[in-house]
Amino acid sequence: MPINYYIFTALALFSIGIIGVLTRRNAIIIFMCIELMLNAVNLLLVAFSKMQLEDMNRGILKIANNGTDAQLFVFFIMVVAAAEVTVGLAIIVMMYRNTHSVDVNFLNRLKN
Amino acid sequence: MNNIIDYVWLVPLFPLVGFLLNGLLRNSLSKPLTGIIGSGSILASFVVSVLIFMQVKTGATGIVTLFDFISYDKTNIPFAFQVDQLSSLFLLIITGIGFLIHLYSTAYMHDETDMHFARYFAYLNLFVFSMLLLVLGANYVIMFIGWEGVGLCSYLLIGYWFKNIEYTSAAKKAFVMNRIGDLGFLLAVFWILSKLGTVTYSEVFEKVNLLSANDITIITLLLFVGATGKSAQIPLYTWLPDAMAGPTPVSALIHAATMVTAGIYMIARSNILYTMAPTTQAVVTIIGLATALFAATIALKQNDIKKVLAYSTVSQLGYMFLGLGVGAFTGAVFHVMTHAFFKALLFLGAGSVIHAMHHEQDIRNMGGLKKYLPITHITFLLGCLAIAGIPPFSGFFSKDEILAAAYAKNPILYVLGVAGALMTAFYMFRLYAMTFLGKFRGTHEQEHHLHESPAAMTIPLIVLAALSVVGGLVGIPEVLAHNAHALEEFLAPVFAKSTALAKPHEIPHSTELLMMGGVTALVLGIIAYAWGKFSKYEKSAEESAGFGKVLENKWYVDEIYEAVITKPVNAFGKLLAKVDKYGIDWVVNGVGRSVQYASRQVRLLQSGQVGNYVLLMVVGIIILFAIQIFLKK
Repeated sequence: MPINYYIFTALALFSIGIIGVLTRRNAIIIFMCIELMLNAVNLLLVAFSKMQLEDMNRGILKIANNGTDAQLFVFFIMVVAAAEVTVGLAIIVMMYRNTHSVDVNFLNRLKN
Repeated sequence: MNNIIDYVWLVPLFPLVGFLLNGLLRNSLSKPLTGIIGSGSILASFVVSVLIFMQVKTGATGIVTLFDFISYDKTNIPFAFQVDQLSSLFLLIITGIGFLIHLYSTAYMHDETDMHFARYFAYLNLFVFSMLLLVLGANYVIMFIGWEGVGLCSYLLIGYWFKNIEYTSAAKKAFVMNRIGDLGFLLAVFWILSKLGTVTYSEVFEKVNLLSANDITIITLLLFVGATGKSAQIPLYTWLPDAMAGPTPVSALIHAATMVTAGIYMIARSNILYTMAPTTQAVVTIIGLATALFAATIALKQNDIKKVLAYSTVSQLGYMFLGLGVGAFTGAVFHVMTHAFFKALLFLGAGSVIHAMHHEQDIRNMGGLKKYLPITHITFLLGCLAIAGIPPFSGFFSKDEILAAAYAKNPILYVLGVAGALMTAFYMFRLYAMTFLGKFRGTHEQEHHLHESPAAMTIPLIVLAALSVVGGLVGIPEVLAHNAHALEEFLAPVFAKSTALAKPHEIPHSTELLMMGGVTALVLGIIAYAWGKFSKYEKSAEESAGFGKVLENKWYVDEIYEAVITKPVNAFGKLLAKVDKYGIDWVVNGVGRSVQYASRQVRLLQSGQVGNYVLLMVVGIIILFAIQIFLKK
């Protein structure tokens, strides 16, 4: 499959994520959109990694570790995302307990 | 101790320790203890000084290097002390008379509270320490440290009673006047350093031939500017009479043992430079003589007992500079020594009078103190005779030596010098007669309280009186006794180069004898006149008019300085204050205000709406991407 498909899919996912973060007020949905963006990046990384491997097999490219760097990054991102989810969800739970809402605009009262 | 000269650092160390002890523990020390620490430290220095003097007398001299003080490039300025004939003599004067003054102070300052008493002694010790540093230093930089030190201490001591605004402004005046002189001194040191690359005396005097005539003239003139400040010569003398604001023993210390002799010492130390700069010598002569006469005329009409003595000091310092100017270095140092004796005596005597009169200083309100203060009276009379130059008292020999040297240079100098000497005799005996003779003119209460001072005050008086009487015998001129000028012989190595360079003119012995006799007769006549006139002095309300008034107001010099220098400088200062307030302050405050305004606007961005933040973040990232892609080629 041509690399373009992957790129456009990732772009679409990322844009959906950004627009979701910018427009939605529900903290859970914002959270999901952030995950969406992270996964769009993961998808790109894996796609490029695969492309690199194919190029190497064809002898166009020559690098030391078989293009596995990107896949390592993906694991890192997944671990970080998992950690972020635990912290983020905890915050949202606390927020809900205090305000009985998960509307982020509600949080502007923190500024005082 | 094989060689006491190696332990010369003990001399300034003792006063320093005394200063630290008294200064730091001023709240917890009792008065007797403070007095013992203060006087004892100076006494210890005096003992070491005597030992050093004995050693130097056998011909031993030396330079003791303690550590490297300033070192850069090829220049090295060590912290070193120079022990030779000149400095050991000054050590004796400073510590000896300093000790007597300390002893006297323990009684004179007894009314002060413990803390201020200790503060006083701490300053006094620091003063002596600075002066010792000044005379002991083996180069101009160490001398400058002491030079500044005595300036600082004079400020502290003149303003000792700091609650009196007049006194503090007198202190400020002394400090500022000294600073003007110090600038000259500092420039001279830099000049020497840049031309010769060294400031150590021995090296400078050795390399002096490398300097051009112009350089020497400029250096010596700048050094002399420093001397006019420190030694109160025209035009920077006005601080010295005002320095009377300090306690009387301080005046004695400033006028006799320390401070004002610094300028004389410095020129005597640099004698070779001055001998090679005839222009400067002429300037020194003229300034010295002018000061001697000018101050003497002012002293004629002063009514404050300390003011008379102050102007007399300025006048006597003028004589010393006259001596330096005509190349009579030994004479000048001799006069420093004898002057230290009798001026300390006179000031301490005046202090004793003031003490007895309960801080009355106007001689018009005194009179007839002879029978109340017998010891003070006798010693004061001896001091007056010494300063007036009656043989065989000490002042006669030293003044005669300077005048003889002046005659050898130019008879006009001699005539003017004699005129000054006659005025000296007149005002001193006016002072004496108005204070001690005639009827008492003060209030009844004062008369009731009149008493002789305690032993701690009279003993220094007696010692100083003895020194004033016999002190001159170390310098009997050739004409009276063959080879009896012990001081000249002693100091000869210090001035050897100068004497070799400028052979002093010889005057016929008969002329010299005639001059001595003539001057003595004239002085005696003046004394008799003053004695007769002022022992019958009655208080009268009439004010002096005409020339007398000009003299009474000190030739209006203070007023002229006020109008010509102080006022314009103050006006200029006010102008600059305006520039500062409306110019610089406006800019500085403006920067602050605009930052404040800007941040108040920027603050609004922090709305608390998470969506806004995220939007800004995204916009920021997009901008960064745009820059990355389009601008970075």
